[in-house]
Amino acid sequence: MALDHNPVAVERAEWKKRQMKERMKQLLTVSSPIFMLLLWEILSRTAVLDPRFFPPPTAILETFWNLAASGELLTHIGVSLYRIFGGFLLGVIPGVIIGLLMGLYSPIRHFVQPIVMAIMPIPTLALLPIIIILFGIGDFSKIVTIAGSVFFPVVINTAAGVMNIDPIHMDLAKNYGADSKDYFLKIAFPGALPVMLEGIQMGQAIALLTIVAAEMMGSVSGIGFLIWTSYKAFLLQEMYVGLILISFFGYLFSLLLRGLQRKILRWR
Amino acid sequence: MKDDVKIRIRNLTKVFYQKGESITALDNVTLDILDGEFVCLVGPSGCGKTTLLRILADLEQPSAGTYEIAREKEDRPLQSMVFQERGVIPWLTVRDNVAFGLEMRKLPKKVVKERTDYYLAKTGLMAFADRFPKELSGGMKQRVGIARAFANDPEILLMDEPFAALDEQNKFILQEELLQIWAETRKTVLFITHSIDEALLLSDRILLMSAQPGRISEEIRVAAPRPRMMEAIRADPDVAEQFVRVLKHLQDEVQRSRG
Repeated sequence: MALDHNPVAVERAEWKKRQMKERMKQLLTVSSPIFMLLLWEILSRTAVLDPRFFPPPTAILETFWNLAASGELLTHIGVSLYRIFGGFLLGVIPGVIIGLLMGLYSPIRHFVQPIVMAIMPIPTLALLPIIIILFGIGDFSKIVTIAGSVFFPVVINTAAGVMNIDPIHMDLAKNYGADSKDYFLKIAFPGALPVMLEGIQMGQAIALLTIVAAEMMGSVSGIGFLIWTSYKAFLLQEMYVGLILISFFGYLFSLLLRGLQRKILRWR
Repeated sequence: MKDDVKIRIRNLTKVFYQKGESITALDNVTLDILDGEFVCLVGPSGCGKTTLLRILADLEQPSAGTYEIAREKEDRPLQSMVFQERGVIPWLTVRDNVAFGLEMRKLPKKVVKERTDYYLAKTGLMAFADRFPKELSGGMKQRVGIARAFANDPEILLMDEPFAALDEQNKFILQEELLQIWAETRKTVLFITHSIDEALLLSDRILLMSAQPGRISEEIRVAAPRPRMMEAIRADPDVAEQFVRVLKHLQDEVQRSRG
């Protein structure tokens, strides 16, 4: 063994090794979806997977282009995104407000909590018939359905976020004479934000899960409608286009919200 | 030091009651603290020293008895507290943390900036003014707490074991810095600590507390001249003797609570 090694050189080699490992991990992350698609393609082409049920990704891509070119797809996407955003906002805004009130005022919490806990387990989708009777089969009934599903994780996380604030910060606010407006703006709201944003992230995922199902019933457009009608007509390639679109938007929204979270929570 | 009484505590009692059981955290405490005096409260855990401080900080109400903090200037807050390390608000920048009390009092922007700048500079935090606390070491965080309290310019300062979480070297540095800042303003300070060394270095007077019921059982005057340095305090034979006295008291208290 050579003993005349330069210690810096030894450490540099170590560092390079670590860098390599990091790059390896990134490569794995990028390659995993490609690998899956490739595997799917091969298995489908060789008919190991029945191509009637699992058409190869390239065929799905072709269907995607055709649908996109006809303009039909864009309409479905537009309608669904409008409903998702509308429902998301209609769920998040009251969720945040009621959650904050619950966290800040214990009488409100004790009164509202049992109601929230009792209604939460009921799937909004099970109420869909009633929602359609009340709000018709237009956009608004979908928006209400999504809002109903998004509301719960947001309200619960927001209330938990306020209640998890370290009591020392409340003591500090009181000791330094914060009035209730300052207490809210400087302590309660920013302190609750991390957990609240987790709830909003969860709400976003639920909005996408809900839209598909909501559009399967009493609807004439949207990605969910596309999936459902294609399935009923056994146009599985079209169905997969819809599924992949949902997956794409889910991933995109997650990334956007994560980015927003990092930006808002720079102090963490 | 003027001989006016700054904090006047009379028969202060605090009982915590729960499910038919009561604990007397403070039992009939009567005490005067003079204007400009630096007083340390030393005692075993659970002796009620934190309760006493929290009552003065208006975070807890006494069960019986009264206290009074003499007001010198009308527009000054009565008291400001230096909390433990967690008291630094993580989502506010260092500057906003230091300015917190001044902002809450809705002082003019110019005054807020002036005073904040002064204490940021004084505590060596100027370079970190726009950073968030997560980027700061424990010692730096505690400087934020000290700067915030002094910037608020209260009648008296309350300190709740502010250096307890720091390592030995940082503790010495911050203790001496605290003494320097304090020497400028000569505010009345009530300081809680577990550390006998800390109490001897900082205080004019040490109040020894005993537990359950919480009482002030003894007081020790520390006559060592100011400005004080750790080396001189350590070498002072009078102080060494007082160290043993405090230590004995604490050991007796711990023994008593076991027996």
